[in-house]
Amino acid sequence: MMSPNLTASGGCSASACGSAAAPEDMAPEVWAKVKNHPCYSEEAHHYFARMHVAVAPACNIQCNYCNRKYDCANESRPGVVSERLTPEQGVRKVLAVAASVPQLSVLGIAGPGDALYDWKKTKATFDAVVKELPDIKLCLSTNGLALPDHVDEIVAMNIDHVTITINMIDPEIGAKIYPWIFHQHKRYEGLEAARILHERQMLGLDMLVARGVLVKVNSVLIPGVNDEHLIEVNREVKKRGAFLHNVMPLISDAAHGTHFGLTGQRGPTAEELKKVQDACEGGTKLMRHCRQCRADAVGMLGEDRGQEFTLDKLPETIEIDFARREAYRRQIEAKRELAAFARMEVKPMETKPSRVLTVAVATKGDNLINQHFGHAKEFLIYRADALGVSFLGARKIDDQYCQGGLGEDSSLSRIVALIRDCDAMLCAKIGGCPWGELAAAGIEPIDDYAHEFIEPSIAALYAKRCADAPADA
Amino acid sequence: MAYKIVASQCSACGACEFECPNAAIAMKGDGFAIAAAKCTECEGEEPRCIGVCPVEKTIVKA
Repeated sequence: MMSPNLTASGGCSASACGSAAAPEDMAPEVWAKVKNHPCYSEEAHHYFARMHVAVAPACNIQCNYCNRKYDCANESRPGVVSERLTPEQGVRKVLAVAASVPQLSVLGIAGPGDALYDWKKTKATFDAVVKELPDIKLCLSTNGLALPDHVDEIVAMNIDHVTITINMIDPEIGAKIYPWIFHQHKRYEGLEAARILHERQMLGLDMLVARGVLVKVNSVLIPGVNDEHLIEVNREVKKRGAFLHNVMPLISDAAHGTHFGLTGQRGPTAEELKKVQDACEGGTKLMRHCRQCRADAVGMLGEDRGQEFTLDKLPETIEIDFARREAYRRQIEAKRELAAFARMEVKPMETKPSRVLTVAVATKGDNLINQHFGHAKEFLIYRADALGVSFLGARKIDDQYCQGGLGEDSSLSRIVALIRDCDAMLCAKIGGCPWGELAAAGIEPIDDYAHEFIEPSIAALYAKRCADAPADA
Repeated sequence: MAYKIVASQCSACGACEFECPNAAIAMKGDGFAIAAAKCTECEGEEPRCIGVCPVEKTIVKA
């Protein structure tokens, strides 16, 4: 017999208690808002898909990590798009995706540009989509400068998720990130610009929180500029009621033509990023499953099917099968219940706290170990210790940068390097050759848990490893 | 007296279009263009189109 008390008494895994919160430990009204939103709920990202439409290209600030002239189909990062859409085109694209991707639950407007500065186009798109597709959730991203002007409309339009990019709470630091802003028809530069932006961001955050809108804060980690400072940002946005904090690495390359790229400002290493994320743990909940997707991304978080839905590929007539969408959601509820029961069975280990297992998982969704090693586009990284199983983040296998080609290394050795810190790799199936290479690198390939739930499988593996280890190990 | 948009530089974001107090800017082809007859160069104020344009040296004296 499984009693619900088991979870409350400490049986829940750590990943279900952090940003990854699942229904067991979240207020019902908050859960209702996030449960189908892959970006706001780590749990939901196993089941639901999002799409962005790039309908609002105008922006009111300049960031040193952004170059507005840049566009590349192979590049996967925020702010990059292949085609801009008018609101009418954007609506057609949303409906076409909804017709063929039943997982689609969220429409976001996230650049390039600022969804609230270019508000007329954002609003026109949302209004038209909601008329045709009432079961979709709306969300938007903003730099916050225009936010206070639109809070009431945001609430009236039922947009219950807003992401604000907040890279600083100290204008001295802000001046190193933002060369200028454009506010009330005037350009401001330097310290004054950063001060205005900061004040507007805090005001907007407070106004949204006061109205019950869930706010996610995105911060770009820029080594040497705001790395230590982001811990203070985390503290401040938590104090003000932000729901989730997402610390993302700066993506910087001279080829992108950004100020930071051209001046040699580097992005953080995975270790530097993790250090700041770990230091923020205990502040506002951290998002660890972000994939830094393109501003026209379509699909589950780990995939981008945007190229299947470019304007020239949209069908003439679009019919949405609402029964199919509804059936998909019912199916997900059933799967979730199973997953929740499985999580309840994960009990904390009575073992030395020093025992830690780091595991890479190949999944294509549904919270299951269901991806063939050779088909994996990314790995989810988990850590198991005496306290339970916690989710550390996702690692993409191949960032296909514009340079193209595979370079010197074979893709297999790059995968090995990507998960070198892991003790084991769980997948649905793996061939003999990669098996040998992984094992030689000290990463045990395991397909014994094929098609089983991720966290309980890791817990079982952890228990097995602890039982097998010598008592004094 | 008017400004013009260097087409090869324009990222077509449209920010200048709605900042222009004279409705002098509109989409033209793949980018935006300024109707010289309507442009007042913001009458001695900082030109708003230049202030908001994200690409330096895109809006210049005609």
